[in-house]
Amino acid sequence: MANDNKPSPQVIGPSSRIGRSHDKIETNSFLMIVLILAVISVAGLVEIVPLFFKKSLTQPVEGLKPYTALQLAGRDVYIREGCFTCHSQMIRPFHAETMRYGHFSLAGEFVYDRPFQWGSKRTGPDLHRIGGRYSDEWHRQHLKDPRSLRPYSNMPAYPWLADRMVDAQSMPARLGALQFLGHPYTDEEVTGAAQAVEGKTEMDALIAYLQVLGTAVR
Amino acid sequence: MSAITADALSRAHSDAQTGIYNDKVVRQFSVMAVVWGVVGMLVGVTIAAQMIWPALNLGQFGLEWFSFGRLRPLHTNAVIFAFGGCVLFATSYYVVQRTCQTRLFLGPLAAFTFWGWQLVIVLAAITLPLGLTSGKEYAELIWPIDILITAVWVSYAVVFFGTLATRKIKHIYVANWFFGAFILAVALLHVVNSAAVPTSFWHAYSAYAGVQDAMIQWWYGHNAVGFFLTAGFLGIMYYFIPKQAERPIYSYRLSIVHFWALIFTYMWAGPHHLHYTALPDWTQSIGMVFSLILLAPSWGGMINGIMTLSGAWHKLRDDPILRFLIVSLSFYGMSTFEGPMMAIKTVNALSHYTDWTIGHVHSGALGWVGLISMGALYFLIPRLFGQKKMYSVPAIELHFWIACVGIVLYIAAMWIAGVTQGLMWRALAEDGTLAYTFSESVRATYPFYAIRLVGGAMYFSGMCIMAWNVWMTVRMGLKAGPVPQVRIPAVDPVHA
Repeated sequence: MANDNKPSPQVIGPSSRIGRSHDKIETNSFLMIVLILAVISVAGLVEIVPLFFKKSLTQPVEGLKPYTALQLAGRDVYIREGCFTCHSQMIRPFHAETMRYGHFSLAGEFVYDRPFQWGSKRTGPDLHRIGGRYSDEWHRQHLKDPRSLRPYSNMPAYPWLADRMVDAQSMPARLGALQFLGHPYTDEEVTGAAQAVEGKTEMDALIAYLQVLGTAVR
Repeated sequence: MSAITADALSRAHSDAQTGIYNDKVVRQFSVMAVVWGVVGMLVGVTIAAQMIWPALNLGQFGLEWFSFGRLRPLHTNAVIFAFGGCVLFATSYYVVQRTCQTRLFLGPLAAFTFWGWQLVIVLAAITLPLGLTSGKEYAELIWPIDILITAVWVSYAVVFFGTLATRKIKHIYVANWFFGAFILAVALLHVVNSAAVPTSFWHAYSAYAGVQDAMIQWWYGHNAVGFFLTAGFLGIMYYFIPKQAERPIYSYRLSIVHFWALIFTYMWAGPHHLHYTALPDWTQSIGMVFSLILLAPSWGGMINGIMTLSGAWHKLRDDPILRFLIVSLSFYGMSTFEGPMMAIKTVNALSHYTDWTIGHVHSGALGWVGLISMGALYFLIPRLFGQKKMYSVPAIELHFWIACVGIVLYIAAMWIAGVTQGLMWRALAEDGTLAYTFSESVRATYPFYAIRLVGGAMYFSGMCIMAWNVWMTVRMGLKAGPVPQVRIPAVDPVHA
């Protein structure tokens, strides 16, 4: 028996066309690299590229506004605390789901979401249309001590958010980056972003974000 | 492919010695794989406990960095990229040298991949608990770390493909096809998905928004599974199972077909993470169809690995290392059956967002990726430190059983929890209103979270046994003298 890594002719047999034609690939590392790259590129080109050219996927739904500086600061707190590890923001078009959470989610509601926060797990409920459902005071209490309002909840408590001020100085750069990416902010909104969140806590910001979620569509 | 016999892969010809293999970097990655395995799984056990006792989040004591939302990304990054990554680096560097019968290309660059990757891991372990995140699952690290990852990864590709290009063996061995595809695909996925506009050194916004961001993220996320956690580990399978079983790979032809089919098909399957979302229907349907097709190449790999044992089944009885390797393939087969099933839209309507998904991921992660990694490390570590076998073979035996029982408890608990949640969320009362509040579904899940914690803790304790065994083996090896220098065999001109 030939002790190497070559396909053994006894096993594959002269009739095996696949073995012979693959010989060219597996003896040429450059050809192998090129073919692998070609094979793995197809799917992305077909599935991803068209999504950038469809209006219903790139245009905001009517009434959707870019996040205000305070809401954006709150959204960044939401991301920082990893809320997306337990909460989705995507209501699927099922009867039981729209009854529980409201109108199913539309693509045009997410055009200002960078990154998207649809999530993949509901350890807690979906939050896409949480906006306006509870009072600010309810949220404040719930974030500080979830079990005081929901005894069986396993959500972590976030008491520190009430003690921490929003990092106002970072806000103009944040709005500026989004403006650069095409979100319709005016220059005044960008330069005034620090002032807009002055004196607000991270709790205020997070609640401002939660209260606007999903309110463009009812 | 009977041509590949165990002894051919690393046979040493005594007549002409052409240098030694670079095993230093393999040793480094192997030992760190064990260290990061213990760390990553400990974080997993911690967050599993937090889901039962939320007071363990410690936010009320001012330890905000210890809360679930910060530790969960740390867990996934530690087990996938630190533990899994170190295993992949170690095994691919070992295998590519042995099957090309040449020394690793550009030794200093290989050393950079080790130190660079460890730096990435340490930075992740610091930044994630601090809440510095991009907010994209499995790609949470902030942009400066992303750039470091890119540098390490390009170096990895240069070292790996450079070694392939300077091989002394005419044919590229099948394990290297899988390692090669894994390296190329991960590079592509990482660069595209991580594109972002920085607002400071610590923060950036994704270059994509909404639907496009979701599609790109799950194209990345699913293929982190498909290439990082599958193709790379199939490379491990194609070397270590034939070596440990001392049998040739079952079918050469099957390996060709399933390789190209697997890498082509996997890339399409991402949209099944976005069923019934605002992603267009046609994209979801394509994702579902390719996910179903994916069963065939996945099982092709499983069959090729398991059937390699044909005629040598008795070895399973008394070789615990082989048992790790083969049982990992059974879990691979099981989770690659479950995956396509969950990708069917009607099934997904029930399973999505529930703990069933967590169970599915862990049957793949603990069962397939974990067990095959442990098998490969048990194979490598004695050899790398000049020992015939691990310090304690009964400890390997114990590790195997405690891990298996742990996995079964874990995934069974999550299946039941997931189906329960799915059914409670959609259940209607007689008057047509929702039968349960969300809170009630959380309440119903606690017993299963407890069983999961027990299963996870068992799996973690198995990893601790392994760490002890590795420590003793390494100590024994170092006491016995300097680490072995394995000579590269001279290549028989017939094979060149």
